[in-house]
Amino acid sequence: MSTERLPISVLRPRLVPGRWDSLAFVLVVAALVYLAHAGLGLVAPLSHLTAERISLNPWALPGYAAQTALRMLVAMGASLLFTFTYATLAAKSRRAAAVLVPLLDILQSVPILGFSFTIVFFLSLTPGRVAGAEFAAVFLVFTSQAWNMAFSFYHSLRSIPAELDEAARSFHLGPWMRFWRLEVPFAMPALIWNMMMSMSGGWFFVVAAEAISVGHTTVTLPGIGSYIAKAIAARDLGAIGWAIAAMAVVILIYDQIIFRPLIASADWFRLEQETGLTPSRSWALTMMRRSRLLSLGAHTFGALVRLGFNRGPLRPPRPRPERRRGRLADILWSVGIALLVGLAVWKILSYVLSSVPSGQIGHVVVLGLYTLTRVAVLIGLATVVWVPIGVHIGLRPRLAAAVQPVAQFLAAFPVNLLFPVVVSGIVFFKLDPNIWLSPLMILGTQWYILFNVIAGASSLSTDLKYVGENLHVRGWLWWRRIALPAVFPFYLTGAITAAGGSWNASIVAEVANWGNKHLVAKGLGAYIATATAAGNFPRTALGIVVMSVFVVAINRLFWRPLYARAERQFRMS
Amino acid sequence: MSANPRPAAAEPLLEVRGIGKSFLKPDGDELVVLDEVSLTLRAGEIVGLLGRSGSGKSTLLRLIAGLDEPSRGEVRYLGAPVAGPAEGISMVFQSFALFPWLTVLGNVQLGLEALRLPEAEIRKRSLEAIDLIGLDGYESAYPRELSGGMRQRVGFARALVVHPNILLMDEPFSALDVLTAETLRSDFLELWGEGELPIRSVLLVTHNIEEAVQLCDRLLIFSTHPGRVVSEILIDLRQPRATVDATFRALVDRVYTEMTAHPRTAREGARAERIAAMTLDAALVHVSPNLMAGLMEAVSEPPYRGRADLPAIGQALHMEADDLFPLTEALQLLRFAEVEGGDIRLTEAGLAFARSDTDERKTLFARHLLGHVPLAAHVRRVLDERSSHRAPKSRFLDELEDYMTEEAAEQTLRTVISWGRYAEIFAYDDQRQVFTLENPT
Repeated sequence: MSTERLPISVLRPRLVPGRWDSLAFVLVVAALVYLAHAGLGLVAPLSHLTAERISLNPWALPGYAAQTALRMLVAMGASLLFTFTYATLAAKSRRAAAVLVPLLDILQSVPILGFSFTIVFFLSLTPGRVAGAEFAAVFLVFTSQAWNMAFSFYHSLRSIPAELDEAARSFHLGPWMRFWRLEVPFAMPALIWNMMMSMSGGWFFVVAAEAISVGHTTVTLPGIGSYIAKAIAARDLGAIGWAIAAMAVVILIYDQIIFRPLIASADWFRLEQETGLTPSRSWALTMMRRSRLLSLGAHTFGALVRLGFNRGPLRPPRPRPERRRGRLADILWSVGIALLVGLAVWKILSYVLSSVPSGQIGHVVVLGLYTLTRVAVLIGLATVVWVPIGVHIGLRPRLAAAVQPVAQFLAAFPVNLLFPVVVSGIVFFKLDPNIWLSPLMILGTQWYILFNVIAGASSLSTDLKYVGENLHVRGWLWWRRIALPAVFPFYLTGAITAAGGSWNASIVAEVANWGNKHLVAKGLGAYIATATAAGNFPRTALGIVVMSVFVVAINRLFWRPLYARAERQFRMS
Repeated sequence: MSANPRPAAAEPLLEVRGIGKSFLKPDGDELVVLDEVSLTLRAGEIVGLLGRSGSGKSTLLRLIAGLDEPSRGEVRYLGAPVAGPAEGISMVFQSFALFPWLTVLGNVQLGLEALRLPEAEIRKRSLEAIDLIGLDGYESAYPRELSGGMRQRVGFARALVVHPNILLMDEPFSALDVLTAETLRSDFLELWGEGELPIRSVLLVTHNIEEAVQLCDRLLIFSTHPGRVVSEILIDLRQPRATVDATFRALVDRVYTEMTAHPRTAREGARAERIAAMTLDAALVHVSPNLMAGLMEAVSEPPYRGRADLPAIGQALHMEADDLFPLTEALQLLRFAEVEGGDIRLTEAGLAFARSDTDERKTLFARHLLGHVPLAAHVRRVLDERSSHRAPKSRFLDELEDYMTEEAAEQTLRTVISWGRYAEIFAYDDQRQVFTLENPT
């Protein structure tokens, strides 16, 4: 076998540096210097954070881009930590799961910018220092990343194959060892995929979170987002062009240094070898494997983890007790939770209703219907456009291999960077914002449909393709009987993601500025955005609640039955 | 014991006393999977647990391994009760259960790492086990790069490296092709015979009768629903055992007879009465009507002419006992065949079926299905009585779940759907999950 395919921790570290080490060394040192610099920034006084200090000089951009990227990295680290703890707790304790899992479902549906009012809280934590604002921005990005990662990890923990679980128990793996040897590796492929999804969403919100106003509190953290905000205020299209280019470079670097290696190494973690799957390659992974310096690091980490194997009880916990036991405790637990939820609902209602007239609720629901219409129409349009194209691409493996990374890149690109371009167009041509702001909602999320359909079409078995040709199934019949059913489950996954993302994007997309021009489309997103900017918390809360209810209801009533049906109909066994 | 170089010690390694395992059914009744099973395992012997699917033999193995708790009775290992996985008992799994993200070496080291041994010793012992089991040179390979046989060797090395007293084997060869299984079996026997293995005794679960006779010193035969030990057979043959040898064949024949002498269950009177009253409490194992037709054709033709020795026909059709028994049971249930003394004999109807063309077969099958399978008759009656001639699947599932586990109910209903479709006595739409009387026209 080739050493190319060996994981880092298996190769015995040699202490003499090699040629891959110079590359690794430079990268590691650069990272350290950069972290130290960023750390100093945290204790700087808050007065540094004003829009005036942001420079539109393109040469300032690499610095801004680096800070934006670091926020992403910190948020991703926090999300991983959250994932490992929250999901593990939910998977191990039935009672915890009864609360944690539905909570996660709701959190996933809350529009992320709805969390922006927390900025005030974070600022109060470190009065007068930059750190609070940084925490707030990182927290916003975290809220866009953590939920689906935790959910994926929870799902993996629950679906560990029985025989691997039995093997782990019969060989006396303690909880810590079980976590690192069984649970994390098993969950890895799905988790990596979700991390990529999270990253894509995260770029969008890190840009939005850097320049944010909540009532009288305005924060302008140095970064690409603030740069763009200033460029918009100054109507500087050239600067926006530079920012877009810088963002593209940052995403490309992240993709190359973090995700390509992760995907390539995730191939080991898969239980089944999918036939025809081309092994992923990554120069960064090769560097990490070949570099003695880094593999020494990996070896040390492995040793630390192994050290923990000796902790924990030698006897694994007994198998889960029978259902009959603890029935009373269950009831008490449920009653307690119900009381808590009741209290929370009452608090929210009384808070909202204290300053929002009750007639407003109906108005907000109507706004929700506007946004719902936009989302539905846009998903429909994206479907009509991208499904045929996706099928076309997916059936040509070479083309698919070339297009797939581009589609993933486009999905990761924060389209809010492109908004100024579109908005200046709307202003220039005097178009109706109610219609022409809408496409912004789907600009970034449509790619999920495209690359899922591509994946579906490329997984269509060659036998089925040949049968189609053999029986002369062509034209519309071919689409109806072969192509569409084959990609349907994949399409659904893409469409669900795209729809969820569009709701989120509506908060940014239904309101747009260009210099001193303000464009507002009628909709729930605009309502929340306006309320947040005005610092009207009760209204913000109302908007968030209504949007969450919309998203949850659509998920339950529309997507879930459709998905269940697709799963039932299209499996072979 | 002539077959084994080691003398059997007086002190038992493992004692299972009156063990039972039940699951709660939705209606609160108990479903007994394993009932009053006792066995003793002494040093130096290989004991085989033989039974069909549903006899609870794998459940028993898991109870002994400490992976599950018994509802009644207890397992004592070296005189102490087993609670949770015991040190000194390790297991080889049917599906190998290797960790795909660990190398061969990593998989083998796993059990030692969990025992908190020093790293040097872990490495030394793992390499020894790898060496012993014939995996030299594959240390850095991943399970996915290995063939099935090599994967199971890793499974063996992983279980042996902890130097267990008892090795539990859960159908370790059944996921392998015939030739690979044979090689691995004889390699294992050779190491065992030479006393090379760091184990004192083996408990083997299998459904392959020849394999059991080839490997074991003693066989315990299990009934199904509930699982009980119905007989014990001593195999007093010297190793290596030639499978073509007359005494060997006679033993295989005897095991077949023993296993078919206890059709379905050791039922209590009350249960038997309920069966006679044609209720729905008999779980059905899915067997395709095409396979039934195939077996009936084979038995009706020369050289068998309506009556065949089960081991012989099994061999001729390349079917293991575990595939063959559900098939013969289905034929018995539908009154197309009878089984006695290890032989299968087609009834008049069975012979007629074998002679008929497709349409006549379907008519005959429909008549027997409605006549002898109460659930099929019940479904048909409900559909006939309703003016819409439609009934949801859940209706029958709920009824069945009064008598059996959810899983068994699902499988039973699937069986009736398959047979009903073949007989064209009703149709079923999986998309809408409803039974109807009419097939689409």
